[in-house]
Amino acid sequence: MAEPASGSAAPTATAPPPGAPEPARLSPERVEQRLRERFSEVPIERQMGEAVRDHTVYVPAEHLVEVCTFLRDDHELDFAMLSWVGGIDYLPRQPRFEVVYHLLSLRRNCRFVLKVRVPEEAPRVPTLIGVWPTANWHERETYDFYGITFEGHPDMTRILLPEAWVGWPLRKDSPLGYQEVSFTHNTPTRTVPAPDLTRLKPKKVRYRAH
Amino acid sequence: MTLNMGPQHPSTHGVLRVVLELDGETVVRAKPIIGYLHTGMEKQAEYKTYTQSIPQTDRMDYLAPLSNNLALCLAAEKLLGIEAPPRAQVVRVLLTELTRISAHCVWLGTHALDIGAMTVFFYCFREREKVLSIYDMVCGARMTASYFRVGGLASDIPEGLLERCRTFVDEMPAHVDEYETLLSKNPIWLARTQGVAPLSARDAVALGVTGPILRGSGVRWDLRKTQPYCGYDGYDFEVPVGANGDAYDRYMVRVNEMRQSTRIADQAIRRLQEMGPGDYRLRDYKYVLPSKEEVKTSMEALIHHFKIVAHGFFPPVGEAYATVEAPKGELGFYFVSDGTPRPWRMKVRAPSFVNLQSLATMVEGRLVADVITAIGSLDIVLGEIDR
Amino acid sequence: MADEKIVNPFRVLGNAPDPAAAPGSRGSESDEASLVEEVERGLLFTSVEKMVNWARANAIWPLGFGLACCAIEMMAIVGPRFDISRFGAEVFRASPRQADLMIVAGRVSVKMAPVLRQLYDQMPDPKWVISMGACASCGGVFNNYAIVQGVDKIVPVDVYIPGCPPRPEALIHGIMKLQEKILASRVELGPKARRKKGAA
Repeated sequence: MAEPASGSAAPTATAPPPGAPEPARLSPERVEQRLRERFSEVPIERQMGEAVRDHTVYVPAEHLVEVCTFLRDDHELDFAMLSWVGGIDYLPRQPRFEVVYHLLSLRRNCRFVLKVRVPEEAPRVPTLIGVWPTANWHERETYDFYGITFEGHPDMTRILLPEAWVGWPLRKDSPLGYQEVSFTHNTPTRTVPAPDLTRLKPKKVRYRAH
Repeated sequence: MTLNMGPQHPSTHGVLRVVLELDGETVVRAKPIIGYLHTGMEKQAEYKTYTQSIPQTDRMDYLAPLSNNLALCLAAEKLLGIEAPPRAQVVRVLLTELTRISAHCVWLGTHALDIGAMTVFFYCFREREKVLSIYDMVCGARMTASYFRVGGLASDIPEGLLERCRTFVDEMPAHVDEYETLLSKNPIWLARTQGVAPLSARDAVALGVTGPILRGSGVRWDLRKTQPYCGYDGYDFEVPVGANGDAYDRYMVRVNEMRQSTRIADQAIRRLQEMGPGDYRLRDYKYVLPSKEEVKTSMEALIHHFKIVAHGFFPPVGEAYATVEAPKGELGFYFVSDGTPRPWRMKVRAPSFVNLQSLATMVEGRLVADVITAIGSLDIVLGEIDR
Repeated sequence: MADEKIVNPFRVLGNAPDPAAAPGSRGSESDEASLVEEVERGLLFTSVEKMVNWARANAIWPLGFGLACCAIEMMAIVGPRFDISRFGAEVFRASPRQADLMIVAGRVSVKMAPVLRQLYDQMPDPKWVISMGACASCGGVFNNYAIVQGVDKIVPVDVYIPGCPPRPEALIHGIMKLQEKILASRVELGPKARRKKGAA
C-alpha cells in the first residue's frame, strides 16, 4: 500500500469521515460507478473487448477537465498521478484519433484509463496541465507525433523532432522513411571492379605504434 | 544571460540540451530541450512483430537493457493472457536485479565523476564489468542482451551461471560499502548534494515522477511491492525511502537499492538451485516457439514453429499496458493490437521522459553548479527519453 | 669469433666499436673516438614525417561525443578493465577545440546531424573520425525517418567499427588501426608551402 508523506494532500472535494479504517484496494469498476453517479448527464462509455486488459472508459472531450478534476480531488478515488498520455491513429476508422490517459492512484493502488475520441477534421483536446502538471511534455509529444492540438497548453511545439519538421510521423499515412540500402544487385549501373584473386598474398601488418 | 548547455556536454549523460537563463550564478529558468536522439522506435515497432521489437528495446534504456526487455515481454504476455513458467520467472528476477545493480553502478560512477570524485567511476565500472560478463555468458552480448522472449527466455541458462552469480552476489555488499566509505560521509559530497535540487513529495506526484526520485522525496511507492509482477511478492526485501527529496537522499535510496537488489538476487539463486531443471519457455505453441526436439519429431510443433517464425504469433484484438519497476522508475509498454502479428500501436512510457520534466522545479532559484548535480541525481537516459 | 653487430632499431651513423679490437690501438685518437662514439649513440636519423606521425598516433585525444549505447562501451574502455590510457587517449576532451579524434559513438538522429557537423568543423586539423557501431556506420538497426543512415553522409570517416555495440576490444582495435593509418600518412604542408606548390 502506498502512503504518501505529509505534504502531498491535494484539496479534497469530499473529506473522509474521522476515524475510518484504511480502505481496501480500489477497483476500477467502483471508479466507473462513482463517475457515472457524479456525471450522470455525461455520456460515459466502457470500452468492451475480449482482450482489453485495462478498464477503459470513453469520455467526451468537452467534459474531460471536469472528470479529471473530480478523479484527482475526490477522497475515495484520489488519482494523484497521471502516468502518461498517448495518441492512437485508427485510420481508416472515423473518428480517427484517440487520446489515452492512464491514471494512477498511489494511496488506493489503482489504475484507470480514460480515452477521448478525436475527429480528424478538428483534432483538438483541452489540456490537462491545470489538473496534473506532468501532462505538459506528454501532450507535446502527442502533438509532435499526431498533430493533435491541446487547447490551453502554454508551449505547443514539437518536442522530439526538429522544429522545422513538416508532417506528423506516427500517423498511419506518414511513411516510415525506409531508405533502400544500395547493394550491387539493386544498383546495376554501379560498376565494381572484380577483385583479383589469382595473386592473393596475406597483407603483412606491422604495428609500429611503439 | 542565456547559457546553452549544449547537446554535447560531458555531464549531460547523453545528448540533452538545457537552456539556462542566469542572473549571475543563479538560475532563473531552466528549459530542457530533448529529441537529439529520437529514433522513431514507436513507428518502427508498427512494422515489426512483437519479438522483433525486443532488440529495439535494448537500445532505449541502454544501461538496463534487460529491464526493457522484461517490460515488453510482460506487456505482450498480458495482451495474450499467458504467463511465463515459474523457473523462467525466477531467472527473469535474477537477471533484472543484476541489471539494476549495474545500472546504479553506472549512475553512481558518472554522477560522482560530474561532481568530481573520479575514483568512484573506476570502482563502479569494475563491478559493472562483472555483470556484463554474466550477460555475455547468458546470451552472448555484453550490453544489448535481448534475452527475454514472450512466454519465457530465449534459451536456458548455461551451466556455471549460478556459481558466477553467487560469487558476484557474495562480494557485492563489500563493494557497496567501498562506495559508501568514499562518499556518504565525505564533507565535499555532503556539501554538493545535501539540500541541493530538492523536490517535495507533492511536486513529485504532480509531476508524475516515479522511481528512486519519488522514493527520495518520501513517497513509499515501488511497483515491485505494490503491483508485483514476475513473482516479486515472494521475495523478501525492503524499499528504501528518503526524507527530504534532495540529491543526497536520492543517492542514499539508490545505494540502498543496490544492497536490496543483491539480497533479491541471492534469494533468486537459492530458489533456482532448489527448483532444479524445468521449463524455460511456456509450452503454449500458439504463441511461443516449441523446443527443437519437438520440432524435429512432432508435426504440429513443426507447423507452429514455421508459423511463429514466418509470420509471428496472432494476438487477440485488444490492448494492454504492463509496467515494471525499472532502475529509473515506472517503465511501461502499451500495445494496441488489431489481431495481426504486428502491433497497431506501441507506446512506451519512459520514466526518464517524465522525470526530466522535474528538472525545472528542482533547479530554478539555485546555483548553476547545482544543475549538474540535479541532472546527475535524476539519472536520465536519453535513449529512453527520445526513443 | 663472430663480429657481433649490435642491431639497432634506428639507423645509427657507423657501428658500435669492435670489441675484439686490440686495446691500445687507439692512442691519442681514443678520446676523440670515444667522444664520436657517444655522440653517435645518442643520434638517430629519421624523417620529420615519421616523428610527427609517431607523436600524433600515440597521443590521440578523443572528443567526448557519446550519443547512445556505444557511448557506454566507450566509457568502459576508460574503465580499468580495458584501459585506453595505455594508448595515450584517456583524456576525453570536452571541447572540440582541444580534441583531434571524434569517436561518433551511437545513432545520429536528424536533429543532431547539424550539431555533429558543427563540432567537426570546430575541431582543428589534423583530425580523424571513427564511426563506432552499426548505427553510426550505416544506420544500423534503425532504417527510418529519424536516423541518418551512416555518419559518413555528414563527416568524412577514417575507421568504421561494426558491432551493436562493438566490444571495447573492438573499439581498441579500431583505434589501433587508426594509429596505423596515422603512422602511414603524409604530413600535410602548411598553408604557405601549399600555395607555393600550387595546390589548393
